[in-house]
Amino acid sequence: MRLISLVPTNTKINFLQFRKIAAVFSLLLCVASAGLFFTKGLNFGIDFRGGILIEVRTEGPADISKLRASLSDLGLGEVQLQEFGQASDVLIRIERQPGGEKAQLVAVEKAKKALGDEVNYRRTEFVGPKVGGELIEAGITAVVLALGAMLVYIWFRFEWQFGVGAVVALLHDVLLTIGIFALLGLEFNLSTVAAILTIAGYSINDTVVVYDRVRENLRKYKQMPLAELLNLSINGTLSRTLLTSVTTLLALSALYFFGGEVLAGFSFAMIWGVLVGTYSSIFIAVPLLVYMNLRRTGLIVGDTDDDDAAAAGKSTS
Amino acid sequence: MVYFAKWKIVLVAIVTILGIASAFPNFLSEEDAAELPGFLPSNQINLGLDLQGGSHLLLEVDVAAVLSQRREGLVDAIRDGMRRGTPRIGYRRLGVRGECVGFDLLRDDDLSRARQIVRDLDTNTFDPQLEINVDGLSVTVCATVTGQREILTSAVQQSIEIVRRRIDELGTREPTIQRQGSDRILVQVPGLDDPERLKELIGTTAKMTFHLVDQTNSAAASCGAGRRRPPGTLCLPSQDEVGADNSPIMYLIKRRIMVDGENLVDAQATFQDGQAVVSFRFDSVGARRFGNVTRENVGQPFAIVLDKKVVSAPRINEPILGGNGVISGSFTINSAQDLALLLRAGALPAPLTVLEERTVGAELGADSIEAGEFASVLAIVLVIIFMAAAYGLFGFMADVALVLNIVLIAAVLSMLQATLTLPGIAGIVLTIGMAVDANVLIFERIREEARNGRTPISAVDAGYSRALTTIIDANITTLIAAILLFQFGSGPIKGFAVTLAVGLLTSMFTAIMVTRMLVVLWLHRRRPKKLPL
Repeated sequence: MRLISLVPTNTKINFLQFRKIAAVFSLLLCVASAGLFFTKGLNFGIDFRGGILIEVRTEGPADISKLRASLSDLGLGEVQLQEFGQASDVLIRIERQPGGEKAQLVAVEKAKKALGDEVNYRRTEFVGPKVGGELIEAGITAVVLALGAMLVYIWFRFEWQFGVGAVVALLHDVLLTIGIFALLGLEFNLSTVAAILTIAGYSINDTVVVYDRVRENLRKYKQMPLAELLNLSINGTLSRTLLTSVTTLLALSALYFFGGEVLAGFSFAMIWGVLVGTYSSIFIAVPLLVYMNLRRTGLIVGDTDDDDAAAAGKSTS
Repeated sequence: MVYFAKWKIVLVAIVTILGIASAFPNFLSEEDAAELPGFLPSNQINLGLDLQGGSHLLLEVDVAAVLSQRREGLVDAIRDGMRRGTPRIGYRRLGVRGECVGFDLLRDDDLSRARQIVRDLDTNTFDPQLEINVDGLSVTVCATVTGQREILTSAVQQSIEIVRRRIDELGTREPTIQRQGSDRILVQVPGLDDPERLKELIGTTAKMTFHLVDQTNSAAASCGAGRRRPPGTLCLPSQDEVGADNSPIMYLIKRRIMVDGENLVDAQATFQDGQAVVSFRFDSVGARRFGNVTRENVGQPFAIVLDKKVVSAPRINEPILGGNGVISGSFTINSAQDLALLLRAGALPAPLTVLEERTVGAELGADSIEAGEFASVLAIVLVIIFMAAAYGLFGFMADVALVLNIVLIAAVLSMLQATLTLPGIAGIVLTIGMAVDANVLIFERIREEARNGRTPISAVDAGYSRALTTIIDANITTLIAAILLFQFGSGPIKGFAVTLAVGLLTSMFTAIMVTRMLVVLWLHRRRPKKLPL
């Protein structure tokens, strides 16, 4: 009857034995990400940096050098042109103009005049210096508050050790996402922040599922060595972890390849985040518990959920 | 025994029917949806500007300008009051002093009368808006904190009203104009061909005044760096006329406003001698003043000043008593029409600055919808096939729940009249991938319990009850992310947060209620010895 078995049932992989290699590997990646962030920096979009973005469509393939020539004489500073999705679409980025909001407005007008009426304006965006600063602030606030709120929730629902483990895994995922954006020079904008918050949610989600099993097994097997118990928990939830990752990745790939150019950056970040998140919940979040001196007694308090089938039988509705 | 309460079956049925009914109008054209019988829901999902095309503008009222105008107004009012007093109150050095207005009295015993004059200017007696400080003979008048707030609020509200009138004149459909924060205005105009014209119309203050031109002194001798203006005059540049050096020529005009554009009741673009002009009509007060001025100054030039530029300064040929007049200048048909529109709608109390613009063309919007639809359908199909392949019959039941989930998302968005944005579509696609998670959790658990030797019924039961806490824990964390995104995100990102949150809630409902119902009903019918998992 079963058609696909993604994971052989009853896996007994010793994940914990990889914990040192995984820790070193992740640490290296985190350091590299932080290094890239501080040296190369992120390619901030106009949402944060301020500036002008114009997307135009020309009839037939766009002559980028001609468009560039008509814009370069305007004295607008750095102007980037880039093919966007297809040959007739061009994305024009103009750096933030010195001076206040008015200067940006004048620059948009100038650029549009230079491009003329032959092109079709698909998108015009400009963000003045004031709003750019506020968006940065709001973005950072949202991410910090989200991480804090999740930490508190996990702390509330589990022991503090779980909270720390989950947030370490989460920071790992967020850091690596920032790292890949710095490495590839992908535009970092508002939707990237949205992606990061969603990745945070997904990463915690993944971790919580495994942690739930750890907690359950701690109650169930009171004598089992911790490493063995953690392995058992990871293996027990492995097929769920992988299945959910696959369905999420399927949906995200559809979005990445066919959802249009505007969403491509967002979907890329999410795909990366899901991959990293799946890895980190297995290889980082759970092994971390080994080092944090889990007290088993604390987990038994208020535990009425016993393991025998009879008990399970009566709790239906 | 596994048992699924009757009321739950009824609940699922009601939610399903309501969901389908609420989601249904989205599959119709707007006209057809409007013609649905009254008892059926007819709301469609609102499309964000990034999907239907349109302009999003964030404007800021120039607070400093508002307050400084207010101070100048206060100076005039105080001067007026003191001159009108019997006997006149002697004063000197009346003017703006920093954030306040100040003057020095000449006589000590005038103090109480001066105080009364200022107090009479304060319209709000319960919560004074003006604060009077006296130091010897020197008096300063400042706006209180509440006073400043009131000034600002009324300026923003007035600006919103004027912006609304101007946009309405453009004949666009359903613009949204809202106050944001203390001094900002958010303008969203769907489906617009020419965003530049919109920005120009909003960015013009359109304050028009009529002044006499100083005939005794020449502008050349009085205007420019290092030259002295006679008292009571202003140097203003011409709007269109340029001199020999290509810079605008200057006019020396009398500061006193003879007639104010506030008194205009109508303005239209017309033609006069083949030239585009703007004709206007005054109200009775304006008409009387205009009549007096033109009668007393026949043969003199009369400057029409718009936003501190001289549009034109025609010579008064004869008294104009009917209150009708014509503004000539070097207008094109379009600029005459725009000026007429601005004059009809009224002047802004202070300049507006555009802080942020996001304009999406209708074509890109349509492309985005198309791409989003395709990606969503593809995502659904892929996930449906995968789930059926991985879990067989149970996967098929999860698929039924998934489809219902999509219908419910559409239904909730229609009912809430939430705005669907492009990131919102991404949220839905993401939900499609993650919605099956709850079912995966449950199925894996059931499978495991069955492997541990439980009977099918007992395994299903244990699977659901064990997985429930995990599902709730896992979803709440993502919900936290969605709520914070909604709180701090702007525009389109808010749309993402909404669909993500709605999708999470509906997917929990479908996993816990719908698939469970299907599974239990199936178990009761078939009473299988072994689960097909």
